[in-house]
Amino acid sequence: MTLPSATRQAPPQPNYTRVALILLTLACGLGLLKSALPSGFVRPPEWLILPFADWINGFFKFLREDLGLLTLTRAFADALQWLLDVTANLLYGKARWPRIGPIPWTVIAISAAAIGYALKGWRLAALCGGTFVWIALMGQWKWAMETLSVIVVATPFSVGLGLALGILAWRSPRFEQVLNPVLNIAQSLPHFAYMIPVVVFIGVGPKAGAIVTIIFSVPPMIRMTLLGMKKVPPEVIESGKMSGATPWQLLRAVRLPTARTELLIGVNQVIMQCLAMVVLASFIGMPGLGQKLLQLLQALKIGLSVEIGLTIVLLAIMLDRASKAWAVRQPEHHAPGSSWVWRHRVLVIWAVLVTVAFGLAQVVPYLHIVQRSQAFSIAGPIDALMDQFIRMIAPVTAWLRWFLIVWVLVPLRDAFLWMPFTAVLTLLAAAGWAVGGVRSALICLGFFGAIAMSGWWDRAMITVYMVCISVILAALIGFPLGIWAARRAARAQRLLLLCDTAQTFPSFIYLIPVIMLFGVNDVAVVAAVVVFAAVPLVRYTIEGLRGVPSELVEAADMSGATARQVLWHVRLPMALPTIMVGLNQSVMFSLFMVIIAAFIGTQDLGQEMQRALSSSDVGKGLVLGFAVAFMGLMVDHLLMQWSAARKKALGL
Amino acid sequence: MPGELCHLGEDRVATETLIACRNVWKIFGARPEQHLAALSDTGGTGMPGHVVAVRDVTLDIARGEMLVVMGLSGSGKSTLVRCLSRLIEVTAGTINIGGADLGAMSETQLIALRRQKMGMVFQSFGLLPNRSVLDNVAFPLEMRGQDRATRHARAREMLDLVSLQGREDYFPRELSGGQQQRVGIARSLAVEPEIWFLDEPFSALDPLIRREMQDEFLRLKGLLGKTIVFITHDFDEALRLADRIAIMKDGAIEQCDTPDRIVMHPATEYVAKFTSAIDRARVIRAGSLAEPGLANSLEGGAVCGQHTIRSLARQLVNDTRDIIPVTNPDGVLLGGMNRQAALDVLLGEGA
Ligand SMILES: Nc1ncnc2c1ncn2[C@@H]1O[C@H](COP(=O)(O)OP(=O)(O)O)[C@@H](O)[C@H]1O
Ligand SMILES: [Mg+2]
Repeated sequence: MTLPSATRQAPPQPNYTRVALILLTLACGLGLLKSALPSGFVRPPEWLILPFADWINGFFKFLREDLGLLTLTRAFADALQWLLDVTANLLYGKARWPRIGPIPWTVIAISAAAIGYALKGWRLAALCGGTFVWIALMGQWKWAMETLSVIVVATPFSVGLGLALGILAWRSPRFEQVLNPVLNIAQSLPHFAYMIPVVVFIGVGPKAGAIVTIIFSVPPMIRMTLLGMKKVPPEVIESGKMSGATPWQLLRAVRLPTARTELLIGVNQVIMQCLAMVVLASFIGMPGLGQKLLQLLQALKIGLSVEIGLTIVLLAIMLDRASKAWAVRQPEHHAPGSSWVWRHRVLVIWAVLVTVAFGLAQVVPYLHIVQRSQAFSIAGPIDALMDQFIRMIAPVTAWLRWFLIVWVLVPLRDAFLWMPFTAVLTLLAAAGWAVGGVRSALICLGFFGAIAMSGWWDRAMITVYMVCISVILAALIGFPLGIWAARRAARAQRLLLLCDTAQTFPSFIYLIPVIMLFGVNDVAVVAAVVVFAAVPLVRYTIEGLRGVPSELVEAADMSGATARQVLWHVRLPMALPTIMVGLNQSVMFSLFMVIIAAFIGTQDLGQEMQRALSSSDVGKGLVLGFAVAFMGLMVDHLLMQWSAARKKALGL
Repeated sequence: MPGELCHLGEDRVATETLIACRNVWKIFGARPEQHLAALSDTGGTGMPGHVVAVRDVTLDIARGEMLVVMGLSGSGKSTLVRCLSRLIEVTAGTINIGGADLGAMSETQLIALRRQKMGMVFQSFGLLPNRSVLDNVAFPLEMRGQDRATRHARAREMLDLVSLQGREDYFPRELSGGQQQRVGIARSLAVEPEIWFLDEPFSALDPLIRREMQDEFLRLKGLLGKTIVFITHDFDEALRLADRIAIMKDGAIEQCDTPDRIVMHPATEYVAKFTSAIDRARVIRAGSLAEPGLANSLEGGAVCGQHTIRSLARQLVNDTRDIIPVTNPDGVLLGGMNRQAALDVLLGEGA
């Protein structure tokens, strides 16, 4: 039977398979002849390893001491500290200027609900208000406010910085050309790589946490600014020019307002990045929810960490929903003749309620601050429940742990470590060649060659093995789940919403359930990474499958294809480029997660990075960070190249 | 309809030139100058990857005239009008507006010119989505630095003019296409421009609304007496509105003339083909059929030379004279019109 062969027939393309096959054979040969190879072929020889770390350290020393950058950064940090102190005083009553805080929790909860209502209505109001009520009643107010105060201070800085850089890049294509690769690397550097230089310049503590948060969350804002500026319709700009706008007026009154949605999506991404980072910044002494969670996890206090985890999740969902609602909100006119009070009814009601809340808080201290002793806790019941649950499934998890460690993880790790590095490089070159010819082969070689020269080959291979096994397991789960969900529109919708929500959670959260189930070991790491990495796979599988043009499916149906045939011959081939985007994200996520999970105990780059962090070794930290970034960038190049070629072949 | 058309004149030819284009070229591509040089050197094809959007256009537009620019899509109409407003820079040639060289103006002069003398209406409206209707219309005034009360008063006036009163607080996305274009028109008129550019203002609207907007436009045009450059690819629209029509093909102006001369004496094959499908009776006016030689023996009621043959149809059929006198709008005798010739135009040559 012939199916719409448009999906399979590709326009003639350069065929790279021959060279790729030769390279593949060569790689296998190198592997098989390992024992006969000189040792310089098995592991990078001494002379190949360059002292990148020393160079970086030298460079940073130059920056700090000779350029006097240290005074500059310290001055900036002091200004930031002042802002942090103000918000800290307002939010949780730290004894600093202006000494009027803390604002009663009831007032903040009412304000959040009012903002939620103004942005999107009752449900968002309930989410926003409810989150703060939960935080207060659970006695986590101070920690949550410590976290929130950093976000409140860092977001405007990141947004401003991103906006400025984005506009610069839009005005000067040359700057954009320079900025693009920098952003690519910046967005694939693991979180810890940002922390180490900041620790060197600022030290540890809240202001270091705030600065690392700012730096980390700028790139998406730059990207969205650039996108927004480019998307303003030419006729809108022309109409601005014909109205006699000067270039500055054009930017302020025409371009920026018209790019509003993209800019606000940028703000949303900044906020979510801030939250992810501020939780992790607990590693460099940032107090707040992250630090509490870290301590509780290390002490294996499951019930209490679940409480904190829930708070972080609620905060994440609330911040995400509210900022997205703001982004898509369209202005609306008021009914003619409506009074001032009616037009500003949310404001008026808010003012009334807040006044009442202030008054009540003076009389009833509980409405002002909930003391730890007055707080609810669900840790006891959770612990009891979990104990039972864990005891119940213990045989399963124990068996799974044993099976994974003995039959999967250890053999795979040994296999990755066994491979001669020359064989790995040749293999990657073969993959590159197969996808994009000599250019891609050289790019792959370049990225992994640099890793070989960094001197961290064995550690890098362990990271690679963890990522590989996690992504494969994630694909085994995510792929069928996505296919199953894509079969019904409603089901797909629900799962997509779930994935969207799950993607807003800071990565740290994923460690709670796995530690609960598996304890502290490699299996827990892999499990956390698998869950984290499966989310984008599910999401893009659903989106890819649902996005197949319905005429194609109908044509296949009309030619009498069974549902299975339609799936295999029409839907999947058409959806594959989109699915590859998901796979790419999945690899990125797992790289980040493997590095973060290092503190539960792995022997990969992440562990070394944590050591570099605790000894403030910038050179080492950045070398490790770049090694991770290069892995991500190489995979990104391979998958995107392949997906683009595929899309072209399919005429998408 | 006849009464309305009768005060529009062919007799403007003698008035002062407001916009003068001399050998204007616009070439899109990486190296437009080289491309132009290559074109003129060899008379050949020039360099690959370049598009000649405007080709050697020389054109005079008189003050108070309404020029309609026509052509298939991609023929360079929009590019030409964007050259006239210097939204894009010309590759070669000069454009004079009211005696000043547009290309030589500084940024400040250009902004001043746009703030005082020019208005433009766009095909997809080009409204600012985040501003209310009132603020959109007041936008050019805001750019000029007028205070809020004055510019809002003026904007309200403009909204009255285009019959949008009561919609001041709406946002563009809450309006229909026709209403949005009315806002665009009101905005372009807010600064009382001398020159009014309209780039396919009604193409995005559906036929019924388009018709309504054309009537509205004719009303405004009669009211305001501006110099207008109007782009359309719809010949009917051009005929309804134009004093003169410029027909473009591949960036060059094939012919620029009054509607009836374009129909009766097409300059090129292309123009002839372009106009072949239209109803000539709607274009040809009695004046262009009048022959002074036939005028000596005339008596009885005369017709106005500005009227189209179509609008005189009833009279032509009922009249029994062989020769009908034709006068200009002021009542001066132009000549006599052969009734049979007029009926031929009305019913088609074969009748
Ligand atoms: N910014 C541009 N860059 C390159 N080519 C353009 C640009 N704008 C218009 N063109 C080309 O110039 C020609 C004339 O376009 P345009 O003036 O928009 O035609 P019209 O308005 O008559 O439909 C077309 O071939 C179009 O593709
Ligand atoms: Mg056009």
